[in-house]
Amino acid sequence: MKLRIKFRKYGVLKFIGHLDVMRFFQKALRRADIDVAYTTGFSPHQIMSFAAPLGIGLESNGEYVDIEVNTPIASQEFIDRFNACSAEGIEVTDVRLLPEKTANAMASVVAAEYRVRFREGRSPQGDWQNAFASFMEQEEILFEKSSKKNTTVVDLKKGILDWRPEEDCLWCILSTGSVLNIRPDTLMESFWAYLGQEMPKNALLITREEIYGENLTPLAEFGSWIDSDENNIDGLRDNC
Amino acid sequence: MRKLALSDDILLSVEKPARYIGNEVNAVYKNPREVDTRICFAFPDVYEVGMSHLGLQILYSMFNEFEDTWCERVFSPWTDLDQIMREQHIPLFALESQDPVKNFDFLCVTIQYEMCYTNILQVLDLSQIPLLACERTDWAYPIVIGGGPCTYNPEPIAEFFDMFYIGEGETQYRRLLDLYKESRRNGDSRVEFLYKAAQIPGMYVPMFYDVAYKEDGTILSMTPNRPGVPAKVLKEVEMNISDTYYPEKPVVPYMKVVQDRVVLEIMRGCIRGCRFCQAGQLYRPVRERSLDWNKKYAVAMLKNTGQEEITLSSLSSSDYSKLPELIDFLIEECNRRHVNISLPSLRIDSFSLDVMQKVQDIRKSSLTFAPEAGSQRLRDVINKGLTEEDILNGAAEAFKGGWTKVKLYFMLGLPTETEEDILGIADLANKVAATFYDTVPKEERVNGRVQVTASTSFFVPKPFTAFQWAPQCTKEQFIEKAYTTRKAIASQLNQKSIKYNWHEADMSVLEGVLARGDRRLSEVLLKVYQKGCIYDAWSEYFHNDIWMETFAECGIDPDFYTTRERPLDEIFPWDFLDCGVSREYLKREWEKARAGTVSPNCRARCQGCGAARFGGGVCFEKSGANVSENSGFGEDNSKLSGEAGLENGGAL
Repeated sequence: MKLRIKFRKYGVLKFIGHLDVMRFFQKALRRADIDVAYTTGFSPHQIMSFAAPLGIGLESNGEYVDIEVNTPIASQEFIDRFNACSAEGIEVTDVRLLPEKTANAMASVVAAEYRVRFREGRSPQGDWQNAFASFMEQEEILFEKSSKKNTTVVDLKKGILDWRPEEDCLWCILSTGSVLNIRPDTLMESFWAYLGQEMPKNALLITREEIYGENLTPLAEFGSWIDSDENNIDGLRDNC
Repeated sequence: MRKLALSDDILLSVEKPARYIGNEVNAVYKNPREVDTRICFAFPDVYEVGMSHLGLQILYSMFNEFEDTWCERVFSPWTDLDQIMREQHIPLFALESQDPVKNFDFLCVTIQYEMCYTNILQVLDLSQIPLLACERTDWAYPIVIGGGPCTYNPEPIAEFFDMFYIGEGETQYRRLLDLYKESRRNGDSRVEFLYKAAQIPGMYVPMFYDVAYKEDGTILSMTPNRPGVPAKVLKEVEMNISDTYYPEKPVVPYMKVVQDRVVLEIMRGCIRGCRFCQAGQLYRPVRERSLDWNKKYAVAMLKNTGQEEITLSSLSSSDYSKLPELIDFLIEECNRRHVNISLPSLRIDSFSLDVMQKVQDIRKSSLTFAPEAGSQRLRDVINKGLTEEDILNGAAEAFKGGWTKVKLYFMLGLPTETEEDILGIADLANKVAATFYDTVPKEERVNGRVQVTASTSFFVPKPFTAFQWAPQCTKEQFIEKAYTTRKAIASQLNQKSIKYNWHEADMSVLEGVLARGDRRLSEVLLKVYQKGCIYDAWSEYFHNDIWMETFAECGIDPDFYTTRERPLDEIFPWDFLDCGVSREYLKREWEKARAGTVSPNCRARCQGCGAARFGGGVCFEKSGANVSENSGFGEDNSKLSGEAGLENGGAL
């Protein structure tokens, strides 16, 4: 049966990379004695799909990974067992049972929600909240994206699905995934350029708040909470 | 939330910030106000290397089992952070508390290889601790203590350490920590504490010994300069090997480290007695851990770490007497948990091939043989009991079982080596390749071809081995030998199936200088460090020219330590240490080596090395009564009486 796990990544663990997080989950699931399903073949590995890699330095309240298990387990029990052998900085907050045909986490990602704060003394000069509103009034927000091979121009505006300046931060929902992928630092770099200022180094403190699938539905809501009721767990055995 | 010593700006600007944050699963956090003694355990290399070291995990868990002690870890910052810390005067910090190392009670440095010596200075310097022990006169700085294999000749680094712990750490640290607490309560001075510490078995405090040299540069004498300080320091050995400290909860790194698996040390020591091998002498007598102990720790460590691989650690796992039972247990336990088993240092025979077929993906894995020398004659000289027949039979069996990759390890520059021995390397590699084509019919060859990789390292004589008297080759000789090997391999019939790798000659020469060096090298080390040398073990950071130039400036001839054949009666810098095996035994082995005579292993026939004095291990296994009168070397066996006499032994 397929489970969707929602977790937080915070504190000093913002300095570990995506591959480290994957390794951490593989080991933590074994420590927690979760009956994870493995691939078959010569080198079996845990069936696992992360929604979207989080860059080094970013914190998150809404990361997702899908796994498959062979033994049914209640959401709360999973959360308790996992967190008991996790480290400070990675905390599972929700576990949902996914309907069999659900696309995996990575394939489902459409957008992500962020709060972008500024390090002390590194916010844009002047009334940046108002400036951001006029930045958004532009017809298009072109940004030159350069990769190793070529340089392409993207219109960031198409990828800014929602936004509002808050007291000490910018809240926004940005297109994420394989179709259009807008990073919050890209958006802010473009905003700074619009202001005619240079973005200070490491100016941003970014927290990813949530990841969304189609119709801007949070990824967790594609699945259902598993009650610890015995009949319920027993009934799930056939799904495994 | 945990605090960090480095700002986000710094951590985001360096490569792999995960090296510096601590907070790993099973890392130990205590309240500093609730402990008496704070220890910082240092591995003077980068995090990924240091965290792969078993000794660190053992001592870390031992110290933290002590309620009055908190042990934390520190590693060499990588060169990018090193530069930032120097520019910004940031003191080096321990990973757990992120507190400056200089505020700890002890800085314990494990010294695993000679090429890390400049990194020891880096750790001290970045910690803002004076580099020379003589400049650390009061309690402003931690007691800097060294341990590990290189301390069996601590002299090149003696000036930088307050003390060394000689031998296995499980036995005397508790006593040392108690003495420390008492000394601090009593208001003892630093020197008073060190003086008392020098009287604990296994402890060597360099400042209490004076070295005098002869005109030819060799040592005249090394004598204690205070009454009560032992003239000979006997190594410490944990004889209760199945009832001692071992981590049930090893620290689990976030990053991919070199040894990213659970390590089960099934036994300590080796019965084989290869004459080039230092570990084979230092860890005598051989002590096996009980089957129950091994099972218990394997399960506990897998459960507590969630690692996906377990490896058996020992110098020669095939010699562990309960190996089949242990492996059966592990196969069952690991299959259930989806855990891989890795089995290094197994002799290749039908048993091990059968086991490996069960536990490894043979398409990916390669088979490793370490003949070490190319001819039977030279293998007899080094007492490597592996014959060409063993290798070719093992290879044939393996090829039948589906393996297509073979690695062969050799050393160049072994004592008495001739060109014929070197040509033997190419010949053997060729025969292994030919065995594949003879054994596997064309239609069954998976990749069409066999891959034989022959690697050579250069032989560096080490203290407390039969070859401690032997001359080491010059750099030019090393390069010539590697060239001869390469040419010989290129002229083989199956040369297309053979790949040849060789080691750097410069580094081997320097390793040789440091391995058998004396106290006068401290000056060179200090100078090369001040000129910017660190990470010498990493070829991209190794600057041989700076080393050579500094030797010249200090008026030191590196050849004195390497290429010179030492007379049998020469006093070595390490002779004030007693590593458990006697000099007489090593001398006999050196003579037998030169005569090309082999010595049977400990279980076949006791060689009277002297390690029986510890009163246990292989020497007293019931079956063979291995310490036997018929060994013919009664003189060593007479030393069975305890260590008291040795501690108070006379001057050298």
